[in-house]
Amino acid sequence: MLGTELGPALERAGLDFFTGVPDSTLSGLFAWLEGSSGYVAAASEELAVGLAVGAYLGGRAPAVLMQNSGLGRAVNALASLACLYRVPLLLVVGWRGHDGNDAPEHLLQGRATTALLDALEVPFAVLEPGRVEEGVERAVALLRERRLPAGLLVRPGTLHG
Amino acid sequence: MRRAEATAAVLAVLGDELLVAANGMISREAFACRDRPESFYMIGSMGLAAAIGLGVALARPERRVVVLDGDGNLLMGLSTLAMVGERRPANLLHVVLDNEVYGSTGGQRSISDRVVLEEMALAAGYLWGRRVEDEVALVDGLREALGTEGPAFLLVKVSPEDVPGTPRVSHAPEDLAERFRQAAREAAEA
Repeated sequence: MLGTELGPALERAGLDFFTGVPDSTLSGLFAWLEGSSGYVAAASEELAVGLAVGAYLGGRAPAVLMQNSGLGRAVNALASLACLYRVPLLLVVGWRGHDGNDAPEHLLQGRATTALLDALEVPFAVLEPGRVEEGVERAVALLRERRLPAGLLVRPGTLHG
Repeated sequence: MRRAEATAAVLAVLGDELLVAANGMISREAFACRDRPESFYMIGSMGLAAAIGLGVALARPERRVVVLDGDGNLLMGLSTLAMVGERRPANLLHVVLDNEVYGSTGGQRSISDRVVLEEMALAAGYLWGRRVEDEVALVDGLREALGTEGPAFLLVKVSPEDVPGTPRVSHAPEDLAERFRQAAREAAEA
């Protein structure tokens, strides 16, 4: 199933510490991570970013998983910690409401997601169906080039299962 | 006991333990007292000291990690207690310097005067918890906590006085991160 390709692709790209808050968009990835000792559940997306920064300072290469609604929770952690201290962490963000077709609570967030990342000066790649490896490589290249956080946006339905 | 005195007491007992200091006066006092590569000073992201410390502790299980937190900081990121309790890192000591105010913004009251933070930590799963109110008890508590299996929580009641003229942390944030990351790696290879 496509959903389980993303985990191994992230691992192959060198990421070895995963944290975040579950999102149904990323359920395949979460299922793959559940069996792995490299995943630490966070109580909020803000705390997940803090945890990931700590893991980086301890020598790991972290990724933070979340739904786009959680990006707002993580704004200050990104602006005054991850970006400020130049921590190259990957944000894997489920992009609910990306096309205006979703439950009402996702619509404004869906419109705001890319603008929020732009405002924080966090570059991102968008994962295309069937091109998981390529999407991961683009996102990780952004991390490595700049030694700053970068995003990988995943639209609902891109990862099946 | 003034917070700066408590900070000095903590730094005096540390060898090469990794330290994460909360933003505001806590980092500034730690920096001014004794700057060291194993200290990570937060200058923003209030509320995240313990989450950062937990991340370091999980990444470096062979190193002792000390979080130097504040009451307002901890209250802002209180769910971190649950995260620490869940992971139960034996190498983590969480020290909270509790002056019951938000010192860096003008001394507004925090709610830690009525909330028993060390009991919350124990309820969350920390294996050791204590409250201390003077320097002798603080040093005893630190020694005991550093010699025991954690996670440990030490609440230190301090007065709200600031030391005038405490400098800001002068290192560039990215240099602080790299310096700390290097220090965290080095002892592991020793």
